Amino acid sequence: MANKIVTDEVKKLIGSQSQPRTFEIERGAIRRFAEAIGDPNPLFNEEQAARHTRFGGMIAPPTFMRSLGIEFLDVKVSANRVLDGGSEWEYLVPIRPGDRITVVSKVADIRESEGRLGPMAFIVAETRYSNQFDELCVIQRTTTIRY
Amino acid sequence: MAAQIYYEDVEAGSELPSLEKNPTTRQLVQYAGASGDFYQIHYDKDFAQANGLPGVILHGALKNAFLGQLVSDFAGELGWLRKLAVQYRGMDQPGSKITARGKVVKKYVDGQDHVVECEIWLDNAKGEKTTPGTATVILPSRAAR
Repeated sequence: MANKIVTDEVKKLIGSQSQPRTFEIERGAIRRFAEAIGDPNPLFNEEQAARHTRFGGMIAPPTFMRSLGIEFLDVKVSANRVLDGGSEWEYLVPIRPGDRITVVSKVADIRESEGRLGPMAFIVAETRYSNQFDELCVIQRTTTIRY
Repeated sequence: MAAQIYYEDVEAGSELPSLEKNPTTRQLVQYAGASGDFYQIHYDKDFAQANGLPGVILHGALKNAFLGQLVSDFAGELGWLRKLAVQYRGMDQPGSKITARGKVVKKYVDGQDHVVECEIWLDNAKGEKTTPGTATVILPSRAAR
C-alpha cells in the first residue's frame, strides 16, 4: 500500500543534516534545569560537593541537552498534530559548565504506519553533541510523531 | 546521595530504588522555562482542552528527566549512565503521584566495564506504566578497586 503522508518526496529528506550550532554551557543553566526537574544530585547542583567526586566538578544531568533549544529539521508532512514519541540517549563524555558544545542534527529515518487515528509519520532525528576538544559527548535519537 | 552500589551488589531481577515524583502545574511552568519548551498544552488548560486533552499534561521530556534521575541515582558518583531510552505511551497530568521504577535485566563484563542493563518505567497513581524504557549503566566493581 502506498504511503499517504510519507511520500517519496518526504523520504528524500532522510540523511539531510543541519548546520552545526555551538552553545556555551552555563553553570546557572545546569542548576536551573536540575531544580526544574527536581533533581537534588550534588553533581548537577553544587560545585563544591561535585569537586570532591571523580568528575572534579559539576556536570549536566542526562536530559539537560533538551534545554539548548535545538530545532530538529522540519519535515513537512500533511498532518497537523504532533506528539513526542520518545528518545534514546547515549552518553560518552560528561558535559560540564564552560564547555562549548557543537550540535549537529540529521534526519535519521522517516516512516509511516497506520494508527487508530489514521496515518502517522514517525520522524527520527539523530543529534550529536561534541565538545570544544572534538570529543563526541552525547548522541540523542528522538522520535516525533505527526498525524 | 545514597550509598554507592557496586556491580557485585546486583543480579538480574534486583530492583532499583524507586523515585517518587509529585509534579504540579508550577513544576510544568518551571520546566517550560528551564527547557524552553513552551508548547501551551503543558500550562494552558483551555488550550489543552481545545486540543482534545483532558487538561494540561506533563512534557514527555520531563518524564524522561525523572527516569534519568532514577538511573543516575542508581549509577551513583562512581558509576556512569551509558544509555537511556524512553517511550511515551500514555499521558500524565500534574496533581497526581508518579513513581519511577526499574529492575536489572542482566549484567555482564565488557572489557573494563561492568555493565548492568535495566528495564525502567514510570507508574501513574493507578499503577499503569505510562512511560517504559531501558537503561545501560556502568557500575564500579569491588574486584576492580
